[in-house]
Amino acid sequence: MAVVVQAESFDAGAELNAFSDGAGVGAVVSFTGVVRDTDGTLAVMEIEHYPGMTERAIAGIVDDAMARWALMDALVIHRHGTLLAGDPIMMVATKSAHRADAFAAADFLMDYLKSRAPFWKKETTADGSAWVDAKEADEDALARW
Amino acid sequence: MNVMYFAWVRERIGVPSEEVTTGAVTVADLVAELSAREERYASAFADVTALRVAVDQELTTFDAPLAGVHEVAFFPPMTGG
Repeated sequence: MAVVVQAESFDAGAELNAFSDGAGVGAVVSFTGVVRDTDGTLAVMEIEHYPGMTERAIAGIVDDAMARWALMDALVIHRHGTLLAGDPIMMVATKSAHRADAFAAADFLMDYLKSRAPFWKKETTADGSAWVDAKEADEDALARW
Repeated sequence: MNVMYFAWVRERIGVPSEEVTTGAVTVADLVAELSAREERYASAFADVTALRVAVDQELTTFDAPLAGVHEVAFFPPMTGG
């Protein structure tokens, strides 16, 4: 598995192609999160994180996924720093022999990364800056697993 | 121990981290001690239900013991993904 936490951007297509190789692979699922500018006013999104704990927390979540589903591999890339609308924020990819495991594990990884990986988003518009509130629905989503 | 603050907790307290010498037995004791110290702490810790805490980089609860702990971090609920 690979866990990458970085300020730099990444090429989701190239990452996915590189990840998809391997004997016996039958299914690859990926998700890419992109900075959303809901009403066309976003100037920048800043993502703060907790160096050290971030990598540990993500590795723990990926370990759980690997233990739970028949995965051949998993990849998590998550950025921090200053991002613009349309920039890729993060990416999850899973691969397995059959699609059910890859889909379920990717869904699980996303739910846990949202609420259990120490990142905090702050949006700046012409009106000022505000921290993005965690959604109750995101916390509730963990109960699915 | 090293006490760290993230996101709006960091902004309210005014520093990203600091060394704190304390005899606090639990995280909750540390919160009470800091809150009594200065208004900026009291303001950040006014509603601990809005906060999360990690002890030595593991998420835990406010009743967690602090014996032998090196690092405590306070932050709002995470917004990754």
